[in-house]
Amino acid sequence: MALTANAEALLRVSEVTKTFGGVAAVDGVSFSVRPGESVGLVGPNGAGKTTLFNCVCGQLRPERGTIELNGRSLNGMATFERARLGIGRTYQRVEVFSDMNVRDHLIVSVRARWRQGRLWRDLCNLSKPTADERERVDAVLDLVGLSDRADTSVSALGLGSCRLVELARALIAEPVLLMADEPSSGLDVHETRELGAVLRQVQRDQGMAMILIEHDLEMVAEVVDRTVVMNLGQVVAEGHFDTVMADPIVRSAYLGLHE
Amino acid sequence: MQHLLGFGIPGVPYGCTYALVAVGLVLTYQATGVLNFAYGAQAYLSAFVFTYLVQNQHLPVGVAFVISVVILAPAVGLILDRLLFRKIAPANVIAKLVTGISMLVGIPAVLSVLFTTSNQYNPPSILFDPNVVYFHLVGTPINGIAVTCVVATAVTLIALVVLMRWTNLGLQMRGAVESRRLIELDGVNSGRVVASAWAISGFIAGLAGVLLAPIYGQLQFSDYAALMVAAFAAAAWAVLRSLPVAVLVGILMGITVTVLQGYLPVGSIWSSAALTSLPFVVLVGALLLVPGMRTLGQDKDPLASVDPPPPPIAAAVRAPEFDRVIKILWYVLLVAFSLSMLTWMPKIWENVFNAGLAYSVVFLSITLITGMGGQLSLCQATLAGVGAFTAAQVADRLGANLLVGALVGALVAALVAVVLATASVRLRGLGLALMTIAAALVFDNAIFAQVATIRGQSINVTSSSVGFGILNPNGRAFFVLAMVVLSVCVVLVLRVRNGSIGRFLGAMRGSSTAASGIGVNLTWMHVLVFGLSGAVAGLGGTLLAINQQAVNTQTFSWSFSLVFVVVVVTTGVSTPEGAIQAGFSFVVLQQLLTYVPSRLGGNSLLVILFAFGALTYVAHPEGILEFQKRRWTMRFERLLLRNRTSSTDISGPDAGATAGDGQLARVAADSDPALDR
Repeated sequence: MALTANAEALLRVSEVTKTFGGVAAVDGVSFSVRPGESVGLVGPNGAGKTTLFNCVCGQLRPERGTIELNGRSLNGMATFERARLGIGRTYQRVEVFSDMNVRDHLIVSVRARWRQGRLWRDLCNLSKPTADERERVDAVLDLVGLSDRADTSVSALGLGSCRLVELARALIAEPVLLMADEPSSGLDVHETRELGAVLRQVQRDQGMAMILIEHDLEMVAEVVDRTVVMNLGQVVAEGHFDTVMADPIVRSAYLGLHE
Repeated sequence: MQHLLGFGIPGVPYGCTYALVAVGLVLTYQATGVLNFAYGAQAYLSAFVFTYLVQNQHLPVGVAFVISVVILAPAVGLILDRLLFRKIAPANVIAKLVTGISMLVGIPAVLSVLFTTSNQYNPPSILFDPNVVYFHLVGTPINGIAVTCVVATAVTLIALVVLMRWTNLGLQMRGAVESRRLIELDGVNSGRVVASAWAISGFIAGLAGVLLAPIYGQLQFSDYAALMVAAFAAAAWAVLRSLPVAVLVGILMGITVTVLQGYLPVGSIWSSAALTSLPFVVLVGALLLVPGMRTLGQDKDPLASVDPPPPPIAAAVRAPEFDRVIKILWYVLLVAFSLSMLTWMPKIWENVFNAGLAYSVVFLSITLITGMGGQLSLCQATLAGVGAFTAAQVADRLGANLLVGALVGALVAALVAVVLATASVRLRGLGLALMTIAAALVFDNAIFAQVATIRGQSINVTSSSVGFGILNPNGRAFFVLAMVVLSVCVVLVLRVRNGSIGRFLGAMRGSSTAASGIGVNLTWMHVLVFGLSGAVAGLGGTLLAINQQAVNTQTFSWSFSLVFVVVVVTTGVSTPEGAIQAGFSFVVLQQLLTYVPSRLGGNSLLVILFAFGALTYVAHPEGILEFQKRRWTMRFERLLLRNRTSSTDISGPDAGATAGDGQLARVAADSDPALDR
């Protein structure tokens, strides 16, 4: 399988393997992402895409292989440390903080990213949201279209809104790499198109890199610069979206089409 | 070898009862996802009724067995299922634990109220005569108790293995632990499956209870509580999954205890402390070494998202105008209370309220760890004891004032909590609860006994050791001290809750996965909240000791840790007001019960009130007082602000009664979140 050997890589994943009970969910996967690049990670269910995400974020420890961000090895690094290096993430199964409102989701993200939470500041009553934090929160909420829900508890939001909260929570931390795991899942066609537009705009404005796991291939085609296709834990194709989708192996493995 | 076997064989009957209870715990967990803390109480109940029927009502052993074990024990299991556990959402680990704990403390209390004494002597054996030696094994006489235990355990285990592995009901039970709602979609009557599991596990509890009773010679609840720890340890090594492993570890523990008893010098610290701590050490070993225990209790139900979101606290839903009114009322109440305490309050009620203030400080530590940290600690009374004993020892050895000792005590309690948190850093939910109860029992058995005396005398708090006239019976200095300590603690807790750390803890409660994903250091938060909670508990412990003018092991025993949790969750664990209400309810009810004739139960009645009060936690996880506050707040709000749009969000169990205004209207565009997600 082709390994994108790129000296300027922001993220470099090399020969990563993760097994569950002897079954290789990710099997020797290698690929890289350049700064500001948008990469689509597609493949059938069970291909190992989310497992790979979990390995990159540190929620799973791979048995083999190395993962580097900006030339720095992430192996052995805890999830929160990777987040503080600028890896932002949304989840396949939505993960929100159930007894918080939308605004607090973003404030907690900012403070965790830049290690601003200090016990002594809390005890001295110096932890109220600053004007700068409020401004940034308002800007991001405006971007994702949640301004009118800022003070709503996430328990009262539907799935689509919760996905936007997840995205806003990741974006406000100004990630160098955003990893979005099926962000359109649960959204209708119109919302999906809007989400795609937001992702494109944010990526362009902030210059961040992005890896997008998505089953909506139309959205992938619109958003990403390059596509990586996985099947049975391995990378089976890599390149421009149209090119890889024309690849017979991909059509056979992913789309079930045989030439 | 002869010696080893000679010492080990008498341990087999003990091991059999450990194994039986462990198997019952595993069975209940497998079928229902509940680690049943009430199991020891269920066993004790059957043993008590069995012994009572034989000794007091002179019924034949067989008839008493049928009534107490075949009928009563499964019935209790069914009642627990039908009235309590079935109503708890699968993901709500804390509600399951609290419900079990409330039954663990409530059932023995009910017995002591219904019957004049809860202790009975020479309980009978169900099968073979305890006074007859049936044969010798490697020179060891085997009497009727041993034969009964082994035979009954073997028959029960074989029947269970057959049930679980080769019957349709067993298959359905194994499916139910994953998601009872999911197997229902496959056409299985999950209610019947789960009820069967509760009935069978209830029967096993009853059987273990009557088997254990004649071994000890005296029927007392403390033996059944110790049995629970041993069974927890065996079940933990089996990851609450494997019946054979649970049996093996249970029997090995029984044998190890008697072997150590044989080899360790009689009267040494090893035989007194280490031996009694063995089950706790085995339990801690399982929690630290068995990977499956780290994720135990974490929700695996694919349909968990259909559960409604947790109800909000009253303060989160009231309108800003009303918020100001409530705050003013609080200040008025505080001033009125303080003036009353300093002027006209009768001595008897002054003492009661002073004790309430001290308990409130201890209970604030539960607000920190459970309300804010989202974890259940079952050793808060122990941490309070660490603070109190340290304060007393420091004051005595350094000749310092006890108030200085209190600060050192708080620091040491915080350190103990930090060590405990560090050791249990990978544990959450069930695993952490077990770890903390094990720690509490180790302190009770091995450590507190060593520090509970000074120069061979029990520790009394005197006026000279505290100073400032705090113990002057005609002064009000203790009230001022307790108010200052409580106020400082409340302000600090509120600042943490409203600050960054509170937000991080809120994120952890909501989703630890996402919290770490945004950069929250879960380990540090876990250790920090334990440390803070330990410091507050330690401070409260010394305050309690000063109030009681003594530092003794009874005040800080492990059972009080359970009672404290039950009391606080009954009133409201999410807010400092909840802790204060719990502290005052605890002592005021105690005082009111002194006016009730003692034959009606005395302090047992108090435990019963809170134990059954805690059962409301199932319906109102925010606490019954917090629930009532929210309800009344919204009623007043509707009355006073009728013509205005409320800014409230009223998701929760009572949402149906009050829906229609506030945020719900604004989020109406969103589909029903419970169904949608």
